[in-house]
Amino acid sequence: MRLIEEKFRNLKKRSEGALIGFIICGDPTLSYTLAIVHALIEGGIDMLELGIPFSDPIVDGPVIQRATLRALKAGVRPSKVLDLARRIHIMHPNIPIIILTYYNIIFRMGLENFFNNVRENKIDGVIVPDMPIEESSEYRAVADRYDVATIFLAAPSTSDERLEKIIEYSSGFTYLVSVFGVTGARERLRKESINFIRRASSISNGRIPIAVGFGISKPSHIRAIIDNGADGAIVGSKIIQIIEGNINNDIEMLSKLKKYVRILKKSTINDK
Amino acid sequence: MPKLSEYPIDGKYGRFGGRYVPETLIAALMELEEAYLLAKEDKRFQRQLRYYLSEFAGRPTPLYYAKNLTKKLGGAKIYLKREDLAHGGAHKINNTIGQTLLAKRMGKKRVIAETGAGQHGVATAMACAALGLRAEIYMGSEDMKRQRLNVFRMELLGAKVHPVELGSKTLKDAINEALRDWVTNVQTTYYLIGSVVGPHPYPMIVRDFQSIIGREIRKQILEKEGRLPDVLIACVGGGSNAIGAFYPFLDDPDVEMYGVEAAGEGIETGRHAASLCAGSEGIFHGMRTYILQDDDGQIMTTHSISAGLDYPGVGPEHAFLKEIGRAKYVAVTDMDAVNAFLELSRSEGIIPALEPSHALAYAMKIAPNMSRDDIIVVTLSGRGDKDVEVIAKCLGVRI
Repeated sequence: MRLIEEKFRNLKKRSEGALIGFIICGDPTLSYTLAIVHALIEGGIDMLELGIPFSDPIVDGPVIQRATLRALKAGVRPSKVLDLARRIHIMHPNIPIIILTYYNIIFRMGLENFFNNVRENKIDGVIVPDMPIEESSEYRAVADRYDVATIFLAAPSTSDERLEKIIEYSSGFTYLVSVFGVTGARERLRKESINFIRRASSISNGRIPIAVGFGISKPSHIRAIIDNGADGAIVGSKIIQIIEGNINNDIEMLSKLKKYVRILKKSTINDK
Repeated sequence: MPKLSEYPIDGKYGRFGGRYVPETLIAALMELEEAYLLAKEDKRFQRQLRYYLSEFAGRPTPLYYAKNLTKKLGGAKIYLKREDLAHGGAHKINNTIGQTLLAKRMGKKRVIAETGAGQHGVATAMACAALGLRAEIYMGSEDMKRQRLNVFRMELLGAKVHPVELGSKTLKDAINEALRDWVTNVQTTYYLIGSVVGPHPYPMIVRDFQSIIGREIRKQILEKEGRLPDVLIACVGGGSNAIGAFYPFLDDPDVEMYGVEAAGEGIETGRHAASLCAGSEGIFHGMRTYILQDDDGQIMTTHSISAGLDYPGVGPEHAFLKEIGRAKYVAVTDMDAVNAFLELSRSEGIIPALEPSHALAYAMKIAPNMSRDDIIVVTLSGRGDKDVEVIAKCLGVRI
């Protein structure tokens, strides 16, 4: 069993949701990333989603766009991100690592080469936001061969019929995009998001864990999505905002990150 | 083997094309495809389209025999398809009228578009004003500086222009931003793509609306010469005017086709926008095609003197036509394009846009080596008023 599946199972036993933290690898530099990851894990994230920066991130809002630019400016290359994942895994062997990147990065590296690298570096799963299921047959075949989880995304506009397929093609978990829009923290969790989570979890019916991302930044959001059937929450932009806001003060940055994540993690635990 | 005019098949041109987009957009692309296929078969829609193309856009545009240029070059006869005479001064209106009618039919009130040189933005603003829709245009702030006049034209036509400050601040970033807007407002908004790029069905829809160019060329050349042309030449950025000219001739094997890309300061300098001639396969803006990228798959910034060709990708159908050898793709430098611009202005009394000046430059190169009985048709995709400032700067003239 892969770490992702094991992690979801253990959390479920303890009636906890998963807190998944997302950062752009190499923002602001690669050596910083290692320190940031330690802080996030100490704060309590259950899984790490590591973004390989791509020059044209079309599903990302301004915060992640700026992080992407910083990482590219720092000279971050896809192969280095994969190497770094292995170092993180050695230090934190119980934390599943998931790679997120746009398809051209993978296509350029070659599917075979990419997944081989992913496996070698102890990465558990891959998310590709511009890879819909229709284009995925070769991608899934290679990922399966290397035993890497393929995490597909579903959106509020996804029909029940498609949702069924997306769940079938996903492994590790299915990623629900909570809103119409790009990534970025939002004040409130909308009714439509809640309805979508209910719809997806009833279709999944426990076959695969469901994690919700886009716009999630507060403990109340996380509590609400878990109460309505999600198994995990993905938080990215708000974490990156803390990085961005404290770029010249690393001690402050790391302590703020730890504190923020600790509060979020608490909200995943059902203490009723 | 299917006929070439039967592509796309399942949204693909061979292995090119497809639909590499966020899941949020899939439902909208399916809805668009369905609406378009119904409209295509609908006589009323076709009648409306014909009406606006003739009464509003001024079609058909002439196929003009460039007698002076032909004589000077001493080879093949050169005809110019005068898209510069279409309303707005470029071929872009063919597509924006078609898609705006489609948006209306689909009940969308808000239209967004991206623009590079500003020609597509202006054509979108015109069509939306005529048909009563709200237009918002994304444009790189670098391009806004280069094409100030077009920005003001769009505003005069009632459109809102959003500057895009990210990345290279040119066309590719304007498309990124338009896609982000669409992901957010997909339920109410129609995204009017201006070239044969993006996810399926856009390359097909834009091609179909632009293929009026090639259908007219066919009819007009048969009237004038009693036979089909030997060579078609058109410039290729995204490739909409080229595919519009080529498409009705794809299954006529004797008609040769050349797509002319921007070699900028020269392919060897790396400062160019020649995706087909110097790029490699990749996935960008929702399609599998040829793109300009580095070893890691990061999209590169491009350079061309003409903002309309300054794009690091190309329509997937062109990638397919290159692959199977049906069309040939070549590249012309900024300097050669400027020379062609000056030549046509003086010899024919027509100031061409810098984009088709690339196509003209290639025609001027091959015409002298062809027989006097041969026929070349160059698509003059737009007029050059928008470029006179750039040309003046090139020549060191203050205006």
